[in-house]
Order: sequence, then C-alpha cells, then structure tokens
Amino acid sequence: MTKRIVIPVGPQHPALKEPASFDVTLKGERVADILVKVGYNHRGIEKGCEGRPYLHCVYLLERVCGICSHSHSTCFIQAVEELANVKIPEKASYIRALFGELERIHSHLLWLGVAAHEIGFDTLLMYSWRDREVVMDLLALLAGNRVNYTVNVIGGVRKDVTEEEKGQILKAVDILEERTKYYVRVATEEVSFIERLSKVGYISYEDALRLGAVGPTGRASGIKRDVRKDDPYAAYEEIDFDIITDDHCDVYGRAVVRVKELLQSYSIIRQLIKKLPQTPLSVNVPKNIPAGEAVSRYEAPRGEDIHYVKSNGTDKPDRVKLRAPTLANVQAVAKMLENGNFADVPIVVAAIDPCFSCTDRMIVAANDVLSEKENRMTWKQLREFSINWYKKNKGVDFSKIKKSDKHI
Amino acid sequence: MTLYLIKILIFPGLLFLFILSLIGEYYDRKLYARMQNRVGPPWFQPVADFIKLLGKELIIPLNADARIFKILPVFACVATIVAYLYIPLFSKTSLLPFNGDIIFVLYMLTLPTLSYALAGWYSRSPYALIGSTRVLTQLFAYEVPLFMAVLAPAILASSWSFSELITFYQTHNWLWLVNILGFIVAMITLQGKLEKVPFDIPEAETEIVAGVFTEYTGPLYAYFRLAMNMQTIAGASLVAAVFLPFGFGSCLIVNFVIYILKIAFILFLLALMRTLFARLRIDQMLVFCWKYLAPIALAQITLNIIIKAWL
Repeated sequence: MTKRIVIPVGPQHPALKEPASFDVTLKGERVADILVKVGYNHRGIEKGCEGRPYLHCVYLLERVCGICSHSHSTCFIQAVEELANVKIPEKASYIRALFGELERIHSHLLWLGVAAHEIGFDTLLMYSWRDREVVMDLLALLAGNRVNYTVNVIGGVRKDVTEEEKGQILKAVDILEERTKYYVRVATEEVSFIERLSKVGYISYEDALRLGAVGPTGRASGIKRDVRKDDPYAAYEEIDFDIITDDHCDVYGRAVVRVKELLQSYSIIRQLIKKLPQTPLSVNVPKNIPAGEAVSRYEAPRGEDIHYVKSNGTDKPDRVKLRAPTLANVQAVAKMLENGNFADVPIVVAAIDPCFSCTDRMIVAANDVLSEKENRMTWKQLREFSINWYKKNKGVDFSKIKKSDKHI
Repeated sequence: MTLYLIKILIFPGLLFLFILSLIGEYYDRKLYARMQNRVGPPWFQPVADFIKLLGKELIIPLNADARIFKILPVFACVATIVAYLYIPLFSKTSLLPFNGDIIFVLYMLTLPTLSYALAGWYSRSPYALIGSTRVLTQLFAYEVPLFMAVLAPAILASSWSFSELITFYQTHNWLWLVNILGFIVAMITLQGKLEKVPFDIPEAETEIVAGVFTEYTGPLYAYFRLAMNMQTIAGASLVAAVFLPFGFGSCLIVNFVIYILKIAFILFLLALMRTLFARLRIDQMLVFCWKYLAPIALAQITLNIIIKAWL
C-alpha cells in the first residue's frame, strides 16, 4: 500500500481531551508526515493580567490549567514576591510545597489513567482514577476545592494545616502509597502494557536535550533536571528526595518515571508534615509593587513552568508572560512520532501529558496553507484600505495624517 | 412446516437470538463494569440503547454509496442469524442439520466481518477506510487459527457435522478434555472476531474514532450493534457446541439451563480478557496470531490425529 492518506486527529477527536490538531499523513499504517496545529483555545489570560491588581492575577492565573493550578499561581507569586523583595514565612513555604506535591500526585494519577485509555487499557483507567479520588478528596478537605485550591496569597498562604488534617494527610498518603506500589507492579509485569509502550515514541538523550524537553519527558530520556533540586523554591531545600530518571527514552520510560515520582512525592509529603514549623502564615506586602522584572521557575507535574513578570510601580503588572511546560515538550513530539505507527500517535502525544489550553497563545498565520488563498495585506495596503473605508463610509479623510514608519 | 417456521422465527431462532443477544450484552457490560470497580448499566440498558438508536436521525454521507451503505447492516444480521440456525444449542441436532455444517457455520460467521469491511470502504471516510483495512488484516490473522482450532475436535470425531461430533463425544466420556488447547485458541480468536480488547484494533476509538462504524448513525448503526451482539452469542454457541459437547442427555429444560450456563461461562472468559489486557497494535496482533496461536492450533490437530490412531 503506497497510497498516502491524511487522517485528521483533532481538533475534535476522542483521543484528545483538549482541542489541538494533528494531521497525520499515513503510508499504510506508518506515519509519513505529521502537521501539528495548536491555538484553538487561546483565552488571552496574559493580556487579562495586565489590567488587574496582583491579587486578582493570582486567581486568574490559577485558571490557566485545571490540573496544575497551584503550579501557575505559585510560579507567578514567587516572581511578584521577588519584585516586592519579601521573604515569606517558613510555614507558608512548607504549605506551598505540600500543595505542590498533592497536585503532582493527582496529576500523575490522572496521566496514568489517560495513558491507559489511549492504549485501550480501560481497567487501569478506572482503577487509577478511583484512587485519584483519595487525593482529590484530601485537597477538597484542606482547601475547600478539588481544583483551583487558591491557597496562595501574595506574601504567604491563606490556610493553615491543623493537627487533625495532618493525620488525615498521612492516612491518605499511606493508602495511595500502597496503591502506587500496585501500579509499579502493573507497569513492570503486565505484558500487553509493556508491549504497547516500549520502543514507542523514542527520543534519545541528545535529541531531548536539543529540543528542550522538560519534566518527566526529559527525565525519561536521562536528563537529570528538576527545578526542585536545581533552583530550590518553597521548602524543597530542606527536603530529601531523588530526581527520578530512566534510560528507556520511550513512552514506557515516561510511565515508569511518573509512577516512581509518585513514590517520591509521598516521601516528600511525610517529611513536610513532620518538619512543618510554627510560624505565621503570611507577611504583609504593599499593594504597589516596585518597578522591575522577575523570572520565576517552578517544577510543575508536567515539567518546568516559567513566569516572567514586569512591574511598573503600580498595583497592576505591566506584562505577564508564562511558558507552560507543554510548549517546551511539544517540539519533541514531532521527533518522537517519526516513522512511528499510526496506532501509537495518541499515546505518544499523551505521553508528554499535554495541556494545550495552557500553551495556546495568539496564532500566527505564517506557513499556513489556507492563508495563501486568502487576501493577505501588507501594512501599506491595510492603511490604504482603511483610509478608503473611512472616506467612503464615514466621510472622514485620514490620508493627510502623517504616516508612522515604526511598524513597517 | 408451521412448526419449522415457529422454530426458525421464534424459538430457538430469530426472536430467541435477539433476546439472548441483548441479555448477553447486558451480562458482558455488567461483568466488565464490576471487574473495573464500576456500577455498570441497569438491566434494560441494551434494549433502551437499541430503541434509542432506532429513533435517531439517519445520516448517509454524500460520498457513500447509499444502497450498499443501507444493505450491509441487515446483511450482517442475516448472516449471523443463519449461522445460528445451524448450530446445535441444547439438543444433539441443530434446526437444519446436514453433513459439513461446522464448516458452513464458520463461513457464515465470516460474512459479518466482511460486511464491516465493506461498510468501512463504502463510507468514504478516512477513519472508516483505515478501520476497514484493519478489519481485513485482522481477519487474515485470526481466521486461520480459529478454523484450525475448531476443526481439531472434528478430526478426532471423524466428522464435519455437529450432530455426529456430539454423538462421538457422548460415547467417549471426558474425551473432549483433550481439546483444551484448541479451546484456548478458539476463545482468543473469537475475541479477535468480535473486535473486543485486546483485539479491538479496527475500532480503536482513540485512534480512528469508531473505525468502520464512524459514519453509521441511527437505525443502521443499531443493526450493526445487533449483528455484533448476535455474533457474540453465535460464536459462543459454536465454541460451546464444539469444545464443550456435554449435557445433551437429559430433558429439554435441563439441557437448556446447561446451554445458558455454557454461554455465560464463555462470555465471562471474554469479559475477563477484555478487562485484563491493553489493546495490541495491528502488527503485534499479526505476529501473535501467526507465531503463537497457529502453531498451538496445529499442535492440537497433531495431538488429535495421534489420539485417533490410538483409539
């Protein structure tokens, strides 16, 4: 079979949880070419931040992602606190790390279920999502919400962890650890699971490094990078844990890394609970943040999250720029899919744990085949068009206004 | 004549098969759900689904060949019903016995699969097209081991007819136990025939949406689902008749209960397989069928020839 056919995977497709589009050109069952299109879910959050006070931005940025909501809000707040030159109380940094780890647990369990579903292993999906309820209930208990916990405020956290809650956390962690050990067994012993995942979506250490893969995707190719170790934030400096890496370099490696990271998270939570200091929860931060620029890094469940904040001395940021981990990993996906099977496309895409809504920004029509058919205008043409339009429809003549060359 | 018509149309023919297939679907879904720690559907869900689909709008794609597009679901149903009429269920003889009916049933059960492939082809949708090539590729993978596995017990009984096969195993008590390897192969290939996990490659929803059925809606899709459910029952009955040839001796009601128990056991094994495994890739499926299942089926045939010489 040499005839090529193009299969559209997306923007609406059962394999995708969010709108994104992969036009897969097939040669038989093999992938000959793949065209990735993102940008279906641009929500203008960065721009939205510019008109809002810093505290409102926290709530807005928490809604960048439904899964790593704490990651984005913490990452932003760290940048703001750096600008304001505040040091948060020790207890606040512990509680932030605690929520970060709980979030990692629920994100990784969610990923395990999604990945299992992509390879038609629905039993594992049902099991892992049932166990995910344990951590979701715990988050609801601690913060009042299953997602978007809103535990951060500028200068600290809003909520303490009581003695009773500590007990409940430890109890939940014990249950989860037992279940995770079962998943480790599934991942290392279940034949059809291993058969489907190994040697799929291979990306070598060099390629992963060159394409800038982050988080579990990079670590599964042997890149020993973790912001929690490399550039410790919150309370991670005082916590003992390992960076999990793997040398399989394929989807199987990514699954193993995530499952093992779960075990690390349980150990981190136990240490955090044990060492939780008795200090105030937050410090006061003035409403107006001094002018400056700051970049903050955070190890979200999916990889390194970067926020850039530029302040101008008022209570509203001048510019907020965020780079979600998916953007760093999406380049690697095209490489992983080279010469792959069509049946592996969903799982390879799912293996980076993509979050397209977090990644989507304004779409640029360059290189788009469709836009060539349309009438594309240069700056000069657009100006002429608008002058004529106003002359004709509104009776105003703008042609005498001096033309600025700045944008051409 | 009237009795024949009643038998064909009502019991144990068309209507019985229709009801049994819906019960079978419920049983399968409930088991699957309970094994996955879910609640599962209520008992009337398959009937409700069927009625709902019958009432939905029928959309035929512009590019599709409308006549063939409409005929194929009915064709799949009819082929399965015909196959079912030739399988002995709870008496030694089927409704219409003749010498060679084992092979006839196997061929009749291949026809629904071919109609799925044609349905995908005539839908003119990329997903359905890929699904249809996968249906055919998969057919070539499981069909040979299935045929070999089913024919092994027949070789031992020196007959291609169901009634003679059952009579043979009734006179040789417990001899059907030697066919256990063939039974395993037949169960696995039956799963492939029914296109369920781990062999649901032709309708892998995360890759090709619903495979060959992507463009099918409303009543036509309802008939395809019905054909699939009836195929499950017919396939299970075939395996039961060939590999579990016991319990035909007593009165009709006891025989009937034994038949239902056999079907329940086989459906349980199919549901268990669905729960335990992840979906294979098409190349893995081919390798698995030809490298492992076909030699095992061949071993069964060799074993049966040796036993036959010894008897």
